[in-house]
Amino acid sequence: MRIDGKGLIDRTKPVRFRFDGRDFAGYKGDTLASALLANDVRLVGRSFKYHRPRGVLTAGSEEPNALVEVIGATNQTPNVRATVQEVFEGLDCRSQNRLGSLKYDLLAVNDYLSPFLSAGFYYKTFMWPRAFWEGIYEPIIRRAAGLGSLSGKHDEGTYEKAFAFCDVLVIGSGPAGLMAALTAGRAGADVILAEESHALGGRLLSDAQTIGGMAAGDWLAQVAAELQALPNVRIMLRTAVTGAYDHGTYGALERVGLHKPARPNLPRECFWRIVAPHAVLASGALERPVAFPDNDRPGIMMAAAVRTYLNRYGVVPGKRVTLFANTDAARATARDLMAAGVQVAAIIDPRPDAFSVEDCPVHVGAEVVGTRGRLGLSGIQVRKGSEIIEIETDCLAMSGGWNPTLHLTCHMNGRPRWDEDLAAFVPMEGAVPGLVAVGAANGSMSTHGALVTGHAAALRMAEALGRTVSVPVPEAEDAPYRLKAVWAVEGKGRAWLDFANDVTTKDVKLAAQEGYRSVEHMKRYTTQGMAPDQGKNSNVAALAVLAEATGRGIAETGVTTFRPPYTPVSIAAMGAGGRAEGFAPQRFLTSDQASRDRHAPMIEAGLWYRPSYFPKPGEATWREACDREVNMVRQAVGVADVSTLGKIDIQGKDAGRFLDFLYTNTFSTLPVGRVRYGLMLREDGLVMDDGTSARLGEDHYLMTTTTAAAGLVMRHLDFVHQAFCADWQVRFISVTEAWAQFAVAGPKARALVNSFLEVPVDLPFMGVAPVRIGGVDGRLFRISFSGEEGYELAVPTRYGEALFRDLVARAETMGGGPYGMEALNVLRIEKGFLTHAEIHGRITAHDLGMEKMVSAKKDCIGKAAATRPGMWGPEREQLVGLKAQAAISAGAHLFVPGQEVHRETDQGYVTSVCWSPTVGAWLGLGFLKDGRSRIGERIRLVDHLRGLDVICEVVNPVFHDPEGEKLRA
Amino acid sequence: MRLTCPLCGERDRREFYYYGAEDYLRRPGEGAPLADWDDYLHLRDNPAGVTKDLWYHEAGCAQWLLVTRNTVTHEISGVELVAGRKE
Repeated sequence: MRIDGKGLIDRTKPVRFRFDGRDFAGYKGDTLASALLANDVRLVGRSFKYHRPRGVLTAGSEEPNALVEVIGATNQTPNVRATVQEVFEGLDCRSQNRLGSLKYDLLAVNDYLSPFLSAGFYYKTFMWPRAFWEGIYEPIIRRAAGLGSLSGKHDEGTYEKAFAFCDVLVIGSGPAGLMAALTAGRAGADVILAEESHALGGRLLSDAQTIGGMAAGDWLAQVAAELQALPNVRIMLRTAVTGAYDHGTYGALERVGLHKPARPNLPRECFWRIVAPHAVLASGALERPVAFPDNDRPGIMMAAAVRTYLNRYGVVPGKRVTLFANTDAARATARDLMAAGVQVAAIIDPRPDAFSVEDCPVHVGAEVVGTRGRLGLSGIQVRKGSEIIEIETDCLAMSGGWNPTLHLTCHMNGRPRWDEDLAAFVPMEGAVPGLVAVGAANGSMSTHGALVTGHAAALRMAEALGRTVSVPVPEAEDAPYRLKAVWAVEGKGRAWLDFANDVTTKDVKLAAQEGYRSVEHMKRYTTQGMAPDQGKNSNVAALAVLAEATGRGIAETGVTTFRPPYTPVSIAAMGAGGRAEGFAPQRFLTSDQASRDRHAPMIEAGLWYRPSYFPKPGEATWREACDREVNMVRQAVGVADVSTLGKIDIQGKDAGRFLDFLYTNTFSTLPVGRVRYGLMLREDGLVMDDGTSARLGEDHYLMTTTTAAAGLVMRHLDFVHQAFCADWQVRFISVTEAWAQFAVAGPKARALVNSFLEVPVDLPFMGVAPVRIGGVDGRLFRISFSGEEGYELAVPTRYGEALFRDLVARAETMGGGPYGMEALNVLRIEKGFLTHAEIHGRITAHDLGMEKMVSAKKDCIGKAAATRPGMWGPEREQLVGLKAQAAISAGAHLFVPGQEVHRETDQGYVTSVCWSPTVGAWLGLGFLKDGRSRIGERIRLVDHLRGLDVICEVVNPVFHDPEGEKLRA
Repeated sequence: MRLTCPLCGERDRREFYYYGAEDYLRRPGEGAPLADWDDYLHLRDNPAGVTKDLWYHEAGCAQWLLVTRNTVTHEISGVELVAGRKE
């Protein structure tokens, strides 16, 4: 019900929204919870386990009951707290965790089964028979488990992540946070003020009081205006600081667009990483419920939340309100309600020495021992001495005192300290370096305490930053915080501790009785604190009940560990930019457009996009195009873009010496103008990469790496240089992007290359020479990855596209053309050349038959380890070729024909396969135990995944031109 | 986590690549017994307290860094260039 003249909502801006298919009206400034309460909707959800009817309990992000699904055009967000979600025009949401309607939930039968559904129910019940685990129990449990549901579709919404930096991060904008931000801000520090809600003020928005002689609201407006005007203060509303991490890094989730109708390019959320050497934790405190019998009915709410709904939203959740509270401060709820003309039926205060000044019945030394009302509260029973009093009420405001919101101080292993006077845990000082808890978060419960501690912390931080400032602290209420701890009230019926996970005092006692006496064990056995609210409402009370059940003190019992995030963070926000291409850079070849012009499908190779094949009209499958391209290279000439290979320019007097140290073989003896194939090991003796390096000048080499390992090799070079030979005269840099390089291969390759050159070059195999192509300085290498006479032409990148188009056009006049990755792969398999399919990180030089490439005359990285036992010998799997007349597959395993097929008889595996149009058979490369001495044997290839079982011939891995006559022609 | 690169200043850990313990810097000489290599390659302490390890400023200056940090408190007490380190 809405109260005239109360609240900070904008009554000139009505908002229509839908809940469970019904239309409702609220105002701008309402949360979904306040708008539903204004419409007298009390039943908003069903509890997790017993499907009990539930209503709004709190007015903040700690809400355990009022969780809804928000339905968008492209997404469905479960477990949204109605107390956080702001209403906007067109908001569509529904209740969750029900079978059927909210009012007639079919799973409410669970409530009647509750004697059987106590703590540990799953562990005790679903034990046997074992055969039921997967087929029967798991589907049932999964069906019943969880709260909201997802749409099952991709979330197409936009999410962001961002970094921010400041001198002082202020977390929370209640009186303590405002005072801290104002002090640090006036001192000139760079301040970020993060507020979880959609307005500054914290409890100042909810509690009527005076600050500095003016109404709290006026003081708030004045401070907010000043902060907004300060250029060094950034106010981040709707931003919950969710985690404290090492070295002054904080995680924060901003609800950027969740309070507005979706529109393109409006992010839903942004996950911030805020870096701040100083932080003020002004997160306030959370009011804690009391566990009395049937304390979970819709209409039973936190006393401070009732005040928030009244003063901030102009809403009263009932017509006849009762208050059950054990502090003086909570009486404000009754006074504010009466001042607003709402009937307060009774105040029940368990403290025997409590005062009684209110203009309503006050029961001192009394407790609520029972409630009634199936879908909403209709009455309570109060025990006063031996007397039971029945009171008609539709809203019971309860308060068991306050728990400082100290979660962030525990994120780096800080353990909170029990404060007997407050009957609450308070933060451990210095638990997060740079973070200082102030105000209620540190146990200073009065507004005066908040202002003073916020001011003092900020002042110290300003001083640490070399700044001075004088900011007067205004006068404010400084009432003592007096309470008698009341955790649970004995009585008939279940008393809830954890509303979200349906954990009662009985469950906690049962856990203790069954031996789960440690608070961590109790938590896992009962699931207390494991719901979306992470026990914010129940942790302290649950461990107080446990402490009593085990006969220990609360301090001794201790708390479970609070871990990030403080409030739920969507995976979509944390992983913003990670879905599909996301923020991943895309690397395009200079020939990219020319390849796409020819309708080549592009394939990802790391971040690169490379053409798979170049389809011709009439070709129905990729295989037809691939076979044609292979034949074209073998018979005429083909052109392929190989610019993705890593290129590292290495210069200096010690460049040759450096390469000798990196490669197993020797490069210092390589003549200028020549290229050599090199094998690079890791220090553990396994092969890291292979490639060619060219000597361009006396002190100048150009190393090429595989596409896949370009970054890895660069990192390795940097390490070897900086760690072992920093004093050598050698410098190197990646020039991968600086050069466009094209392979020209085939019997007509020389003719094609020469057609470009002003002076035809007759280069020997493995030679390199500078060339001029159309007036541009380039490089010509005579190297081959296809087994044909091959050249690679390199030009500065800006000429790449022109050269590629020209090369292809001229090749086509010679019966040639472009070829893609598929053909390139077939050509190299036919020739037994390696890629990272073979060099997969478990392979030694010996496995590849390249042990002779490890020079005996010098040291190199990996040499010592490569000689260790187990790194060589017949027991290892060695590279072989495989030949078959039926399709074979990479990933298949090899077995001796006639032997059983299982792990123990495994002889090896297949790494690459192709159909070879040149050989007219299926070819494979693989690793076979003692393979080199088994050439000529027949071997059985089995692939259970693809259902293959094929007899192959073990052959030399070089199928095509084994003598290399074509290469050297 | 943040590391202060001697060349680039304080940076988020996402700019760095982690390699392993500083032991990798003490490469046995040519001809060293295999046991020394085993030690160098595989055997590592797992200290609760101060440790030194190697980080590469991959998204920055491409320098390898020797970082002194505390595995218990997460405090970082020193970052120096591998290339310019004092033995």
